[in-house]
Amino acid sequence: MPKKGKITADRQTMPLQDAKIRSRNFNEVSLGYTEEQALLEASRCLTCKKPLCMDGCPVDVDIPGFIKFVQAENRDFQKAIDKVKEKNNLPAICGRVCPQESQCEKYCVLGKKSQPVAIGRLERFVADWEMAHGDSQSNPVKPSGRKVAVVGSGPSGLTVAADLAVLGHEVTIMEALHIPGGVLVYGIPEFRLPKSIVQREIDNIKKLGVTVRTNMVVGKINTIDELLGKDYDAVFIGTGAGLPYFMDIPGENFNGVYSANEFLTRNNLMKGYLFPDYLTPIKIGDKVAVIGAGNVAMDGARTALRLGAKECYIIYRRSENEMPARAEEIEHAIEEGVQLHLLTSPVEIIGDENGRVKALICQKYELGEPDASGRRSPIAIPGSEYEMEMDTVVMALGQGPNPMVSQTTPDLQTNKWGNIIADEATGQTSKPGVFAGGDIVTGAATVIKAMGAGKKAAKAIHEYLSCL
Amino acid sequence: MFEITKKEILAPGIKLFNVSAPEIAAKAQPGQFIILRMDEKGERIPLTIADVDRQQGLLTLIFQEVGRSTMEMGELNQGDHFLDMVGPLGKPSEIAKLGRVICIGGGVGVAPVYPITRAMKQAGNEVISIIGARSGDMLILEKEMEKVSDSLYVVTDDGSAGMKGFVTTKLQEILAAGRRPDLVVAIGPLVMMQAVSELTKPYRIKTVVSLNSIMVDGTGMCGACRVPVGGKTKFACVDGPEFDGHQVDWAIAAMRARMFIDEEKTAMERYHHAGGECQCQKKAR
Repeated sequence: MPKKGKITADRQTMPLQDAKIRSRNFNEVSLGYTEEQALLEASRCLTCKKPLCMDGCPVDVDIPGFIKFVQAENRDFQKAIDKVKEKNNLPAICGRVCPQESQCEKYCVLGKKSQPVAIGRLERFVADWEMAHGDSQSNPVKPSGRKVAVVGSGPSGLTVAADLAVLGHEVTIMEALHIPGGVLVYGIPEFRLPKSIVQREIDNIKKLGVTVRTNMVVGKINTIDELLGKDYDAVFIGTGAGLPYFMDIPGENFNGVYSANEFLTRNNLMKGYLFPDYLTPIKIGDKVAVIGAGNVAMDGARTALRLGAKECYIIYRRSENEMPARAEEIEHAIEEGVQLHLLTSPVEIIGDENGRVKALICQKYELGEPDASGRRSPIAIPGSEYEMEMDTVVMALGQGPNPMVSQTTPDLQTNKWGNIIADEATGQTSKPGVFAGGDIVTGAATVIKAMGAGKKAAKAIHEYLSCL
Repeated sequence: MFEITKKEILAPGIKLFNVSAPEIAAKAQPGQFIILRMDEKGERIPLTIADVDRQQGLLTLIFQEVGRSTMEMGELNQGDHFLDMVGPLGKPSEIAKLGRVICIGGGVGVAPVYPITRAMKQAGNEVISIIGARSGDMLILEKEMEKVSDSLYVVTDDGSAGMKGFVTTKLQEILAAGRRPDLVVAIGPLVMMQAVSELTKPYRIKTVVSLNSIMVDGTGMCGACRVPVGGKTKFACVDGPEFDGHQVDWAIAAMRARMFIDEEKTAMERYHHAGGECQCQKKAR
């Protein structure tokens, strides 16, 4: 047993599918730690008395608490996962898609001198261990007699639902699409987050007594007022960032230009990569450009390769330092063959006589003074336009809030971008009994931030219901 | 699961289903649509709602077999189920007492124009309807349209029923006779809606069309159904499906409808190969 304070192992690397092979299949890229690796990695954790890592966790997982159970002297993976689940209802998902490097692992004290403990990989290990070995048990709770409607089944909605169900409230999730999971299902690709894992996490939440109703577009089949008036004591809105942005450049309507939402939804939700066995088509050519450099852009580019693209470019008007995607995602994309065209932005899309994309006119940029976001602002270089042959263009420029719920709820206040205004600490909106959280409030962010907002809202909803 | 409670063949390749969907039926209004999925591997298929029976909780859906998915759908029978159905989606038609309204339906487009025609009539308008088809046997809902119209004109491309010509031939006649309407509603193939819009534009007669664009989610999330209207990008699923026909960029609408033309062929070939068509024709008989 390693003595505390003395690190004997190096940070364990994540086993991966080989880049050449994985860039042509949709199987998960990261294979997960072996038990041996998990034990070694856990042995690196100092289980600090005042753990800094927890400051970086939006849902306050007791990180040293769970890692202690993975360490060789305890080696009780069930207790480890139970510890994680005290705070996090979606551990198998967070272990895969959380940006740990800018959260828990950023604060890990080991990171100051060497590399931080791989907290996310350990979280994934214990969650996967449970899926393989254990079965999540839920203890029956005393019903509170209160009913809550949760609009949207993405990360924030699932978190709210699970937290409230555990407290005895009767929760119904209303999901617009035919499968629950929101962005976890339509947005994040199979190779990064297998859909069977999302399904399993949702099944666990259902076991807590949560009802999930698919094909329910709130704002159309019913309104927030109707939900509150008829059956529910409180409503949580977690409808996400479901409105794609385009660039407003000429040629954006040519066939072969997709929003990232459309491209990923066709592929992930509708399983377009299995066409024509599955009937929703997705079409790409040999050359694919993805505009933008966030995680969604990386997902789009890596999906294009897997669909058979011969060349795939990320086109981004700032430099590598400003790319918003996780370092790991960028690294994986490059390994797989995605080419970065930085300090570059399209100004026009050219189509052929049949209305299909043929080329992209791009312009070069340079970096100027920092802008409002604190990043150096991109400045177009006049006369630097050049043409790239292209068959497919995917616009991954970010998403706005979907207006369907706010449009039909007149007394729900939104800001100038259309985001629902909600108290940061409680999720309380301008409308009594109505709470909101996740991307619909903050604009497009991360899974874990939406879950953090869900946690806070669940607590506030519980208090609200207790006072009724 | 959404049960088919009635199946009717209205014309060769045009079928009617009544489907049990009480929650959607309770809310659906003229002009709105649903998206359905037949089974696990199926596409999300948008269909305009042709009629609603709120008491029975039924939706009437009328569709033409134009590709793989609609052909498979045509093989379903009474008692079969759809796996998924979501709606009502899109904005309802604006129904008001305007005076004289001309309602035009072409081909299977008569189905979505029917509830609008009826609502316009109920709102107290003088309703003139024009319905058209390739030939007499392809004509649908003639009796239903007759009941809700002050006058009904039938036109066919080949003259096998009603007047020989296009819906625009009849519309032109009506306009030339000085029976100026306050609104024209036209639903049918893109070329028909475009022709109607071009005809009414010089007369400055407000013309509403309904776009049946390619869609995925139907909630404004993907943007597949985008089309420029009055120079601005609109989504047919949430901003429409009805738009001002004089503002629609018809060239782009037509171009975008061809996005997956090769894939549609691929899917059909596999379907023929599997003997789908034979079975379907057997059942149709």
